[in-house]
Amino acid sequence: MEETVTIYIMGKKYRVPSGLTIMKALEYAGYRLIRGVGCRGGFCGACGTVYRTEDDYKIKVALACQSVVEDGMYLTQIPFFPANKSTYDITEAEPTAEEILKEYPELYRCVACNTCTKSCPQDIQVMDYVQAALRGDIAKAADLSFDCIMCGLCAARCPAEIVQYHVGLLARRLYGRYVAPKAKHVQDRLKEIEERKFDQEMERLMQMGEEELKKLYVSRSKEPD
Amino acid sequence: MYAGRIEELMRQAEATREKRMQETFPPLTPEEKTQLLHDFHPDYKKGTKKKVRIGPNKGSSVPKEFADILEAYSLIEPEDCDLSRFDYDVDVLVIGGGGAGCAAALLAQEHGAKVLVATKLRLGDANTMMAQGGIQGADRPNDSPLIHYIDVIGGGGFHNRPDLVRALVMDGPKVIEWLEELGMMFDKEKDGTMVEIHGGGTSVKRMHSARDYSGGELMKTLRDEVRNRQIEVIEFSPAVELLTEDGKCTGSILYNLETQEFVIVRAKTTIIATGGSGRLHIQGFPTTNHYGATGDGVVLAYRAGCKFVFLDTIQYHPTGAAFPEQIVGLLVTEKCRGLGAQLVNREGNRFVYELETRDAVSSAIIRECQDRKLGIETPGGTQGVWLDTPLIDVLHGAGTVQSQLPAMLRQYHRFDIDMSKVPILVYPTQHYQNGGIEINEWSETEVENLYVAGETSGGVHGRNRLMGNSLLDVVCYGRRAGEHAAEKSKNVKPGNLTLEHVKRYHQELKAASIEPQRKSPMILPDYRRDDLREKAVEII
Repeated sequence: MEETVTIYIMGKKYRVPSGLTIMKALEYAGYRLIRGVGCRGGFCGACGTVYRTEDDYKIKVALACQSVVEDGMYLTQIPFFPANKSTYDITEAEPTAEEILKEYPELYRCVACNTCTKSCPQDIQVMDYVQAALRGDIAKAADLSFDCIMCGLCAARCPAEIVQYHVGLLARRLYGRYVAPKAKHVQDRLKEIEERKFDQEMERLMQMGEEELKKLYVSRSKEPD
Repeated sequence: MYAGRIEELMRQAEATREKRMQETFPPLTPEEKTQLLHDFHPDYKKGTKKKVRIGPNKGSSVPKEFADILEAYSLIEPEDCDLSRFDYDVDVLVIGGGGAGCAAALLAQEHGAKVLVATKLRLGDANTMMAQGGIQGADRPNDSPLIHYIDVIGGGGFHNRPDLVRALVMDGPKVIEWLEELGMMFDKEKDGTMVEIHGGGTSVKRMHSARDYSGGELMKTLRDEVRNRQIEVIEFSPAVELLTEDGKCTGSILYNLETQEFVIVRAKTTIIATGGSGRLHIQGFPTTNHYGATGDGVVLAYRAGCKFVFLDTIQYHPTGAAFPEQIVGLLVTEKCRGLGAQLVNREGNRFVYELETRDAVSSAIIRECQDRKLGIETPGGTQGVWLDTPLIDVLHGAGTVQSQLPAMLRQYHRFDIDMSKVPILVYPTQHYQNGGIEINEWSETEVENLYVAGETSGGVHGRNRLMGNSLLDVVCYGRRAGEHAAEKSKNVKPGNLTLEHVKRYHQELKAASIEPQRKSPMILPDYRRDDLREKAVEII
């Protein structure tokens, strides 16, 4: 006899095998998912879930595809949150606190309650990166927010109505474009391509028969690990 | 955590770590590789393929699961469909909201087109989002597009289409620069130099990364930019059929998954960027792919008259998770092996050079488990081999797994396994559709005004794609398709909307006595419990 647990999907009781992820438990219960499901591998943020277990008042969070059902779990998914997304021109932006506050002035309302951090299924220090953005420490905001999958649970629970994950992405894009030095070697290679340095040899490779290509392939030297 | 017999076997693998670190494992000779693939790669397994009975590739062998969706009737009854009016009228329709779709939409808009993006789930719900390891691009001084070309062709078994490979490798540095300009946060040295490592089958370190969220960061950046430029996007609305007139593509029929209505789009040019097909679960393999990867684009384009190439070859990623049960089949990035993690059998020995091409490494793991019986049995009763991930910190210093592989570390940590301290169990998983719809170097297909970009297309990777070339592919060909489709649309008059091609296809299906219940595209897999699925009735 398979071990089962009792879960409540949006308040409705189902018995499902223990050991299933929340997502697979929903499907086991008979749901054919359209919302609240995406990559099923913990990368896309489609399946943000809030839950509470019996005898506990605390609201907890999980990704449905990455978390196992627990007995007595009351759960619902938050597949969409009507978050504010500023539309900005990255080519005109500046890597400063002013820029981020221009796009997201509600950042001023952060009361440092840390609810965002506690709501993150990725265990990211969300409040710390919001505070870093407020200080104009773009590098830190970018670094701390890096693993964000934009599931939206932080924004859903923020009393100041901040959309942390858009702030994090803005910080990363500002960092990537303006703070981190440009890769010079990429520019050098582009110049060579523009000057058609490889064209003639490329033509020759394209005309080459399989045997000749095989020889080249087998004899090519490998850069040490 | 591991317990009992598995824990004992893990200790055995740990015991040989120091000895293994001193060993160099010889790469396969070309003859050995050919033999290994022939004997153990799932593509060669007998009884798993079928000859397609209808359409432009009639007689070609494809995996049975693919034949089932190609030899199938439209979800639309062409006679009953009112095409006298349309809901959208655009220059360029992009079907698919992943890496290729977003890149195409951005370029098409830059080239002056009115663009509409239609996507099955949300914008960015795509395999691109899940790509971890990185993106290739020949931009280091000791590298060149020529060396990249040879790596790609050799990795693909010398079957790749030369003009497609040229476009891929010559665009590589441009793609990297474009992403850098958009603010994608690459791993860099302090002076801005890209951090680049090896992937399976690379002869020069060419793999750019964004920790192990490379595709994720790429996808989030492109998606953000599509939203910044206010390109119109319709989510939860997959394309279920193309529209044609006299063999040219004139638009598409979408299906709103929530209101269950058809949405008619008239478009001067159409780009299919619907991604791969892992959710067909070919040969019953688990998959790394996202929920919507059901091969729809191949079905649509094929019905409209496009040919496919190399659709008989599927990439099985060597290292899918084999334990714990909850994450079986999910990706364990090749970056682990790029950073030095070794593959180890039950007795604690290596059995393949870890950075062979994926087809070879997968075959070697299957041989180790099925033929040599040196795999490790998981509690779920399946087989796996060790991926000795703690080696990464030993080789590169403590904390490397944490800084370079945070997604992987987090995934295993959720199940109480610290992969920086203990090895993990892996087995091949269905990962990538190597082939697809035939295109030229501008992503054009044989059907006029129809483009295909990204995983749905075929030819550029031959019979085996190298790591990091899919992210490059989606951006390279997404950009090309977007630009070309926008320019082309300037000289195209909007066409009439008909389903003539579907009627013809249906006649062919009937003539081949294919039962009318078979419908495609699949759109979404159905993972409901079997008995419930059978009992379920739609009454409202």
